[in-house]
Amino acid sequence: MSSPVEALVNREYKYGFVTDIEQVTAAIGLSEDTVRFISAKKDEPTWLLEWRLKAYRRWLEMTEPHWANIHHAPIDYQASTYYAAPKTTAPLGSLDEVDPKLLETYEKLGIPLSEQKLLAGVAVDAIFDSVSVGTTFKATLAKSGVLFCSFGEAVREHPELVQKYLGSVVPASDNFFAALNAAVFSDGSFVYVPKGVKCPMELSTYFRINAANSGQFERTLIVADEGASVSYLEGCTAPKRNENQLHAAVVELIALDDASIKYSTVQNWYAGDENGLGGIYNFVTKRGKAMHRAKISWTQVETGSAITWKYPSVLLMGDDSVGEFYSVAVVNGMQQADTGTKMIHMGRNSRSTIVSKGISAGRGQNSYRGQVKILPKAAGSRNYTQCDSMLIGNRCGAHTFPYIDVQNASSDVEHEASTSKIGEDQIFYCKQRGLNTENAISVIVNGFCKEVFRELPMEFAVEAQKLLGVSLEGSVG
Amino acid sequence: MSLLQVVDLHATVGETEILKGISLTVNAGEVHAIMGPNGSGKSTLAQVLAGHPAYTVTSGTVTLDGADLLDLEPEERAHAGVFLAFQYPVEIPGVTNAYFLRMAYNEVRKARGLEELDPIDFYDLLEEKLKVVRWGPEVMERAVNFGFSGGEKKRNEILQMAVLEPRLAILDETDSGLDIDAMRIVADGVNQLRRPDHATILVTHYQRLLDYIVPDFVHVLADGRIVKSGGKELAHELEARGYEWLTGVPEAAVA
Repeated sequence: MSSPVEALVNREYKYGFVTDIEQVTAAIGLSEDTVRFISAKKDEPTWLLEWRLKAYRRWLEMTEPHWANIHHAPIDYQASTYYAAPKTTAPLGSLDEVDPKLLETYEKLGIPLSEQKLLAGVAVDAIFDSVSVGTTFKATLAKSGVLFCSFGEAVREHPELVQKYLGSVVPASDNFFAALNAAVFSDGSFVYVPKGVKCPMELSTYFRINAANSGQFERTLIVADEGASVSYLEGCTAPKRNENQLHAAVVELIALDDASIKYSTVQNWYAGDENGLGGIYNFVTKRGKAMHRAKISWTQVETGSAITWKYPSVLLMGDDSVGEFYSVAVVNGMQQADTGTKMIHMGRNSRSTIVSKGISAGRGQNSYRGQVKILPKAAGSRNYTQCDSMLIGNRCGAHTFPYIDVQNASSDVEHEASTSKIGEDQIFYCKQRGLNTENAISVIVNGFCKEVFRELPMEFAVEAQKLLGVSLEGSVG
Repeated sequence: MSLLQVVDLHATVGETEILKGISLTVNAGEVHAIMGPNGSGKSTLAQVLAGHPAYTVTSGTVTLDGADLLDLEPEERAHAGVFLAFQYPVEIPGVTNAYFLRMAYNEVRKARGLEELDPIDFYDLLEEKLKVVRWGPEVMERAVNFGFSGGEKKRNEILQMAVLEPRLAILDETDSGLDIDAMRIVADGVNQLRRPDHATILVTHYQRLLDYIVPDFVHVLADGRIVKSGGKELAHELEARGYEWLTGVPEAAVA
């Protein structure tokens, strides 16, 4: 039999191209000057600069965390640039003014930014390296009072909202990578859905790293006011490069009483080659705060990055609040993922659900790390955790690290875990029924991930299935 | 031309030779039973014909309708009309029976240059086929074999066979683990699917199944070779006398 792994690593990463565009960058390295440079570039008010500087000083005292089940050479924080933006990007009045090269880039990525060509019912904010290059359907959304714009624009147009909520879920000093982000974050998306409004379209942000030797540090802030609801999706890709690039993002979600936020991610950063050369180091802090009867639901499909370190979490602060985490994480080649969630129950009768599906192929290492904590006052709370791992081949690994801490007697926590291996017999069975090897794997893996895929918005569920097919191409022979 | 022609087939798993020269001719319209004690190579023969990668064919030939079978991938054999009802059907969680069956059906059609059926037309076809195993449509929304009882799994194999309409159906110990009612349903299904241009090979340890599906020929396998062939009466003789008079080995010794 031909080696499946060989075929697999030769797969084409079709988003690996580079856009040749003139850019403005910060000098290589990180200092207070870098922070001031970024803040000045963005014309920020003093309070924000002060917030950044405080975070930077705090970061200097912190050390890179090493508790995750990942291994990498030391990251040299002085070796890359913390700001890179296409030269042409002044604040833009409309998408017509965007550099055609940028529009072409997004077209190539399958995200056309002209509103006629976009998926009906999905508004997009496109982030290219350190800046937003355009947000679609802003006018349509404004009619229902929904604010959807780049972070930079939000700071200018809605400073009171930004100041009120920035850092309210993930404080600047939360952890090493969150502090770094707070110091040097360049752009991101901002969403505010007013009281009682159901956002009329899906919102999405598409993150693209293009510049070499640069990192991407974006910050997303989503606020759903009382009784509001919104569904948001992020997608990410990057060119193929031989050096590792750092992506350290922060996402904060605030769901006030009776509000609901659904946040979906399809992460497909460049994963590096078969020997682990290149690829994105993805260190991300995502957390939401759910007030009374509010609901926050995270769905993630993680197929890219050389390293993934992320734990989208929910602080269940309100009574009867709901937190959900649905995850598919795929590692192949030399990829490493340490991902999971934290569900912190503080409100009474709060409920959380965790469904994690880890798929390991090649020499990939996949870890689920999840914390369920139920505080004394969170009486009558419930958590259900299901954590399934699937192994393809025998050089990969799956690991599970659950932390469960229940501090009252009226709460219930349920944890189920399973590990299975796509075996020769399962593949042979499908082949005997006429499916070729790739279809067989695709059917088996998609079946395995079904509970997560059905949580994704329809258009993206189809994308995610295809993406999974590509990620695992030829991984069994 | 015979439908299946096996000539002096040798096959190994690892270093061990399991099939030591099997020759077998199956013509269209015939039902052949392969019997024999445990470890005689019956299931291996079924798996080798279907192309299981764990086995290596070291010599011999197998043709289906005169064309070489051994060079084909398992899925190509399926497209050519070979169907194996598994002794231990695998579970595929999260994939509905309806989806899996339609995918299999359409793969076979595509390979034969026929148009694929859309879900609605396929559903009509399924409704007919479900009658073969006396099942209602609700089973189609269950995941393939997932949480099925042993008997349900075997019935599901027969349903798949009904949908795929193979030229050559190989049933590997389909009777094992079945109670008498399930056996009747399975046997009825197989009998309904008998066609003059198809053939069936039944691999079984016991004569019991052959009361329901009456074979034209019975072959006894021992230590990787066919040691005796005959008509359906041979099965009754085996039932009465056991295998020892043919193999020279007391059956209990061949675990």
